[in-house]
Amino acid sequence: MAAVQETIDRVKEIDVDQYKYGFVTDIEMDLAPKGLSEDIVRFISAKKNEPEWLLEWRLDAYRRWLTMEAPDWSRVKYPPIDFQDLYYYAAPKSQDGPKSLDEVEPELLETYKKLGIPLQEQEILAGIAPENRIAVDAIFDSVSVVTTFREELAKSGVIFCPISEAVHSHPELVKKYLGSVVPVSDNYYSALNQAVFSDGSFVYIPEGVRCPMELSTYFRINEQNTGQFERTLIIAEKGAYVSYLEGCTAPQRDENQLHAAVVELITHDDAEIKYSTVQNWYPGNSEGKGGIYNFVTKRGDCRGKNSKISWTQVETGSAITWKYPSCILRGDNSVGEFYSIAISNGYQQLDSGTKMIHLGKNTTSRIVAKGIAAGNSESTYRGLVSAHRKATGARNHTQCDSLLIGNNCGAHTIPYVEANNASAVFEHEATTSKISEDQLFYCRSRGFTEEEAVALIVNGFVKDVIQKLPMEFAVEAQKLIAISLEGSVG
Amino acid sequence: MALLEIRNLHANIDGTKILNGVNLTVEAGKVHAIMGPNGSGKSTLSYILAGRDDYEITEGEILFKGQDLLDMEPEERAAAGVFLAMQYPVEIPGVANITFLRTALNAQRKARGEEEFSTPDFMKRLKILAQKLNVTQDMLKRPLNVGFSGGEKKRNEILQMAILEPVLCIMDETDSGLDIDALKIVSEGVNALRNPERGMLIITHYQRLLDHIKPDMVHVMYKGKIVAEGDKTLALELEKNGYAAFTADAA
Repeated sequence: MAAVQETIDRVKEIDVDQYKYGFVTDIEMDLAPKGLSEDIVRFISAKKNEPEWLLEWRLDAYRRWLTMEAPDWSRVKYPPIDFQDLYYYAAPKSQDGPKSLDEVEPELLETYKKLGIPLQEQEILAGIAPENRIAVDAIFDSVSVVTTFREELAKSGVIFCPISEAVHSHPELVKKYLGSVVPVSDNYYSALNQAVFSDGSFVYIPEGVRCPMELSTYFRINEQNTGQFERTLIIAEKGAYVSYLEGCTAPQRDENQLHAAVVELITHDDAEIKYSTVQNWYPGNSEGKGGIYNFVTKRGDCRGKNSKISWTQVETGSAITWKYPSCILRGDNSVGEFYSIAISNGYQQLDSGTKMIHLGKNTTSRIVAKGIAAGNSESTYRGLVSAHRKATGARNHTQCDSLLIGNNCGAHTIPYVEANNASAVFEHEATTSKISEDQLFYCRSRGFTEEEAVALIVNGFVKDVIQKLPMEFAVEAQKLIAISLEGSVG
Repeated sequence: MALLEIRNLHANIDGTKILNGVNLTVEAGKVHAIMGPNGSGKSTLSYILAGRDDYEITEGEILFKGQDLLDMEPEERAAAGVFLAMQYPVEIPGVANITFLRTALNAQRKARGEEEFSTPDFMKRLKILAQKLNVTQDMLKRPLNVGFSGGEKKRNEILQMAILEPVLCIMDETDSGLDIDALKIVSEGVNALRNPERGMLIITHYQRLLDHIKPDMVHVMYKGKIVAEGDKTLALELEKNGYAAFTADAA
């Protein structure tokens, strides 16, 4: 019964008026002047004491961004964003850079405690087996507050630190890889990110190393009218492996807030990166007021042969989500995966999917996308699968299922398939279903309340994807979405 | 007090009259069979008893253990001990059969204020009952009714009934689609559930099920009414002569 109860609680939670992470941390902030200009870009760069090349890189992006237009091809509607009415940098006053735990302000520690994010290494160590430990990089508005377990990770050669720090400590790596997957003019929001990105995580796994613990980054937007522009870069050298999870929340505010992140993943020969997202940004209230605009670019480059990148996402928050975690399958025999659960309720709008670009020989990709739409929400799956003319033996299987709850929501599936190689085998399956009256009645006649019955059916619907989440995050996933009870009865 | 009393029940669906004054009493410890030609309202009656809300009740009442059954939600009826083995059990993708069973049982127990079954206790009980009904481990692990054959679905309905231990067992054409062997297994499963506290209402077209599950009473339904009642010899008579005698009388 436990999981079903949790599911019901969770379904209530995603009732947009019951968002439980909506509190505000009252803390003195250091803000950049409002608005966007070259001066602001310079201001951010100077705040972070960046080298000249990085400032130039930002300015280049800013100048290109000025010539670009916001994309209008997605199935989401929102009034034009006034980019001059936003703050592009916000950091707790006490927090010029990442510190050790005892230097971090108590209000900040309290915030993460309330969010259930473990930052005290000692507490985490007590009673948890080493293989189940999770290292956390906690990002508050524009800066990283603290990164745990760094020394322990360093023992195996793993670098896990805020990207603003990596710029100084490992400039050669940052310079080599930053922007190498998502080029400067890739899209409107990625160019904006490149100009004003504030912080994010940097992960480097050396050759042959299996990262000894799960890594995670926890993003929190707190300040009003502030955009969060995180930049994450993960590199797995030959034969390396890492599993990484990101979580996101924001306070309940009437104004919309912008989150425009860029994530780049690189795998060399035989390496694997497993990237999981639990996105729970504030979705807005029941009338559709407020909430986060989540416009992110996530892309992985399977540069080496036999390498693998796997994206798993659980998307429940944000007023608008515009997000297509993708894989460039460059190395021969490389593998790309995308597993997604997207739940929309209230007036949420979601346009999400993936791109699998097959360039190398015998590359394979698999897409499983589950969309659940309720209330007045609109949910769109948009996916591209393409094979280059040299990508002989490319294979893709796409399964895309939508479940509708109620009569006022919509689900759409827009697949793009481009095969330039006759040997490519691409398969696409899509279903849209509604929870039927027959199913509901059947469950109720066996003793389930209507709510429990819905939860049970949703549980079943998302099961394949839930199973892809890292074990260590099973609890979090359970709280977040409907979970099958099957594991508990073996 | 009778376990179930249906008094002068009239019901419509989308303005079409289906039930036309049904009177029927089911006693605890007894097995009642309802027979009748297609479209006489037998399945409608079973759905109304289980709480399906597609029907408009225009007249009459249903008392279950003296309580107004029509006033209860389907899940309340289930917790109170009403069970309908359906003619067409629905599929629930992704939800393992065993999970469904255990969660349903505990939902009912919780609603009655009883303690939930622990997993080992539940598994022990399930193992014994599943074996009797020839429900394999594989069937328990598969998603509920997804890809089940007709016979598997029906055996599974009876397994649910055995696990949930209802007071009133309603079976809607449980015998349809069953071969002789499956019919025997299902009948044995049903017979094992017969006890002095439990009443059964079996809806069927054919006498052959009643060879295996001996009814105490047989009711003939036609045009939304019970038109004849008798003991099990009535079923044999129907088998021999058809419904003509009763349908002619009623018309």
